[in-house]
Order: sequence, then structure tokens, then C-alpha cells
Amino acid sequence: MSRRRRKPNRPRTSGPAGAGPSARPVGAVRRAGAPVERAMHGLFLLCGLLAVAAVLFMAVYMVASGGPVIAKVGPGPFLLGQTWDPERAQFGILPMILASLAATLGAVLVALPAGILSAVFLAKLAPPRIAAALRALIDLLAGIPSVVYGLLGALLIAPAIFRLQTVLGLPTRGSLLAAILLLVIMILPTIISVSESAIRSVPAPYEDAALALGSTRLQSLFKVTVPAARSGIAAGAVLGTGRAIGEAMAVIMVAGNAAILPELLKPVRLLTASIPLEWAYSGGLHREALYGIGLTLFVFIMIINIVLNHMIKKGGVSLDV
Amino acid sequence: MSEPAGIGPITVKKRRGGETALYGLIYLLSAGILVMVLYFVIYILTRGIPAVTPAFLTTAPNPIEKTVGIFPSLVNTLYIIFFSLLIAVPFGVGGAIYLNEYAKHRRLTALIEFAAGVLSGIPSILYGIFGYVFFCLLLDLKVSLLAGVLTLTIMVLPIILRTTQEALRTVPVSYREGALGLGAAKWHMIRTLLLPCSLKGVLAGVILSIGRMVSESAALLLVAGGSAMYMPAGSLFDQLASSGSTLSVELYRYAYSRGDNETAFGIAAVLLFIVITLNILTRLVARRLTATGH
Repeated sequence: MSRRRRKPNRPRTSGPAGAGPSARPVGAVRRAGAPVERAMHGLFLLCGLLAVAAVLFMAVYMVASGGPVIAKVGPGPFLLGQTWDPERAQFGILPMILASLAATLGAVLVALPAGILSAVFLAKLAPPRIAAALRALIDLLAGIPSVVYGLLGALLIAPAIFRLQTVLGLPTRGSLLAAILLLVIMILPTIISVSESAIRSVPAPYEDAALALGSTRLQSLFKVTVPAARSGIAAGAVLGTGRAIGEAMAVIMVAGNAAILPELLKPVRLLTASIPLEWAYSGGLHREALYGIGLTLFVFIMIINIVLNHMIKKGGVSLDV
Repeated sequence: MSEPAGIGPITVKKRRGGETALYGLIYLLSAGILVMVLYFVIYILTRGIPAVTPAFLTTAPNPIEKTVGIFPSLVNTLYIIFFSLLIAVPFGVGGAIYLNEYAKHRRLTALIEFAAGVLSGIPSILYGIFGYVFFCLLLDLKVSLLAGVLTLTIMVLPIILRTTQEALRTVPVSYREGALGLGAAKWHMIRTLLLPCSLKGVLAGVILSIGRMVSESAALLLVAGGSAMYMPAGSLFDQLASSGSTLSVELYRYAYSRGDNETAFGIAAVLLFIVITLNILTRLVARRLTATGH
């Protein structure tokens, strides 16, 4: 991950001066009309529009594939139904929605404070060498494939929770708690690196002024610097939320995947889990129901994206992740 | 406190209990993360490395002789990476050039940047559904490596776009003005000046993209499917048109469907090795980027 310092208030669009024909230096040979020039301009525009086309196509095909089942089953029974039993054509996904929300919320609530504290450590308190080493390890944490996390979770986290459940008298295979803990580890790198760059971008005089007024180092950090970086930190939290809600393979391996209403120490099935789990043997309305789950997830993700985009625009935040 | 507040070095101020606790928490937490990552790495390597033998890396699984090998999925991973980059790099770089050098309409630029942001926020399982409906069914590519390539192309496009854009921004405006002032046409200026200058940014994007594709499992499970049981055979096109799984997908199968943790850890060790290598490369490229300082 490139960790170059972000430049505050960089010009967002329009490129450098000299990009537009009006800004072309006087005396430059104007060959903008040459066929090659026009062709390249068009070609580059096409490349840029590919991303827009991809998003449009995705939106269209998510709705086209996921819409029919919601129309057939009915939006109420589909979104609010409590029974997911494909064999009896029962397609209620409320338990999964609630499980996904619980897991995501739980993970963000734990990872956010932890991430902010580590980000403060990295940005302000750590000796440079230790900070560099820790950053390298956090980057590594961000790069570990989610299936590997699933494997680690199944062998390290799940057994520990199983022991706790045994003590409490209800041992089950997988639990919401295991999913939350695994998601915490998975979204920590995102939250830490976004928060760190936000904290770093707070002008030093803010902190100096607080120190000069007699506050301690920690007071200046937590009462001045961190609040000043809050829009960036919030963006990191939203980004982490998106990651957590969309994670599939890792949580499948620890959550137990029973489509029942979520409780902390009971198995849960997240929205994302049904799709890979039942994909291979699903057909007909069952497959359509999986598309419907995809559409539901897509709507959640789009809401998160729009919130994030709004925050980036408003807060001048840049995400180096 | 012997000195009046506000005079003398602030650091000698007596810490209150709450502050000490907060310091303790911060250090403990940071140390905890450090220890956790190291523990994960050591755990994966100690459990995985025994499984990684030359035969493991160079053969296909053989159910009769009960040996496992990951060569087919290794090859599938390389195919997916190579062909996705083959498409994503030109489009990503081209898009970045458009945004940075040509775009005049703020709205259009904002739209493209928004779209790229949306693409990078969409979870891979949704790429899987889209890829299946669009590439496998609509374009009739079936469940195949080719469908996997096209799906992952869209997935890594925003990464290449963003890193190239960042690199282009670091090229001073005076370079462009100089080239244009000497009479270079715009495309000539881009080809001979901007592209070489932003090469390292593109490289950073390529490395990040490889990391993303190596880790990818959910989408490929749906669009490329298949298990990697046989040694690659037939023409390149035949191979791309058939289904097959990459390392991460195989890891999922071994760990979750077959309950074979030893093989799963072997694959995990291989994946970790790849990820660590990519991280080191990223660092080297980033250092070079700042060292040459344009």
C-alpha cells in the first residue's frame, strides 16, 4: 500500500494547467485536431467510462437477477420472513439480515476504538522504527486472504469460544461472537491506516497550541487532534463497515451458518454466507432467492458507498487504502 | 508539582491516573496487534511448511495414491492474474490519463471517480453474482477461468486507475508545459513523458492488484468454480474455457468442504509467502518512488 503523504486540498479534477486547450502555452503547435490526437482522446475517454459502465451494468443485473424473487415471494415475506428453508420454498432472510447487521455493528464497535488508539500510537507516540515495523505488520494483516483468516478463525477462535460455550452449557458449532472477533481482526488494518492518515493530516499547530495552553500530551491528542481528524476516522469506520458486511468466506468458516435469529453465543448465518454455501446445489426459485440476497446486500453496500462518498467530498478526506 | 502550571517542560507534569491507564491501554493494544500478527504468521508457517514439499507444488492431486498437489491451482492463479492484468492495466491507465490529462467536465470526472469508488467498495461475493449472471450466463462463457478473468478485471480496475492517477499527479505541470511548449502533440507528450514518469505508480497498482486476485475466493468460487484436480492440458484457450479453481478457492475447499487442515495450511503457507513477497515489493516500489522524487 503506498503510504505517501496525502496532500490536503489538492485540485480534485481538471488536471494540471495545460490540460485544457485554453490553457495551452502560447506558441505551442496546435495539433489537437489531428486524427491520432482525437482518436487517443476518445480511447482514453472510453477507458474512463469503463468503470461507469461496469457500475451501471452491475446495478442493472443485480436488480434484474434479484428482483424477480422479491416480486414472487413478496418484499415483506422475503425481507421480514423468519424462516429460510429452500426445500419447503420458505425464503425469509430476516435472520440473515439481522445477523449481518449484528456482526458488522459488533465488529465496528470493537475495532473502531482499538483502531483509533493504535492509529494515535502509530502517528504520534511510537518511535519511528517501531511505527514502521508495526505498519508493515498491519499492511501484512490487510493482505492476508480471507480464506486464511477463516482457517485461523476455525482453529484458533472457534475452539476458544466452544470452551466458553461448554462452560455455559450450550456448545454449538460456530457462533456470532466468533464471527465478530474475526471481522474485528479483518477490518482493523483498514480502520487503523485510514485513521492514521487522518490524524497525520491534522496541522501540528493545533496540537502545539493545546500543549502551550497547558494540556498534557494525551489531552492534546484526544481532545484536539483526534476530534480534528474525526471526518477521516469516520470515513475509515464506514469503509470498515462495508468490508465487514461484505465478507463471506472467512465468516462462513466460523459462524456456524444456522439461519436463526442472532444471539451472541449461538450460530448465525450472515447474508453473504448463503450464496457460496448453497450456490452449487441451488436451482430455480432457490437460486433466484440467492440472487435476491445479493440484491439486498448490494443495496446495503450502495447506501454505505454513498455515505462514504458524501463524507469524502464534505470532509476532504482521501482514502489511501 | 513544584512548578506553576504552564512554565517549564510540559512533559514533567505529573500524570493523572487516567492518563497512565490510557497510555497503558495504547501500548498494550499496539503490542497486542504486533504479537497477534507475528503469532498468525508463525502459526501458519509452522503448520503449513511441512506440507509444502516439491511434489506438493508440482503435481496434481491423486486420489488413488492419496497424494495432494496444488500445481493445477497454482497455474490457474497465474492465468487469472496474467490475463486480468492484460485487460485491466491498459484500461486503468487509460482511464487515469483521461481523468488527469483530458477531462474538462467536473461532472464527468466526478462520475468516473465515484464509479471507481463504488467498484472498490463492492464485496467480492457480489462480483461473483454479477460475473455469473453477466459473463457465465448472458455472454455464455459458462463457469470458466475466462469468466473469472473478466470478473476480476473489473475488480482490480479501480486499483490500477487510482495508483496511476496518483502517479500522474506527481509529475510536475512544468514537464507537461515544457513538452507542449516545444511543440509536442498531446499524445506524444503522454507517450514519451507521462507514461514513463508514472510507470512506478502503475507498477504499484499491478502489485496491489495481484495481491487482491491471489486473495480472491468468493467471486471465483461462483464464476470459475471447478476444482483443480488435473494437470493443465490442451491449448491455452481450452484451459481458459474450462473451469478451475485458484489457490484461495482450493484452500476453502480443503478446509471447509473436505476438512483436510494439513493441506489447507500448506496452501495457506504458500499464500502467505506470496503476500509477504508482494508487500516487500510494494515497499521497494514506494521507496523508489520517493527516492527519485519527481
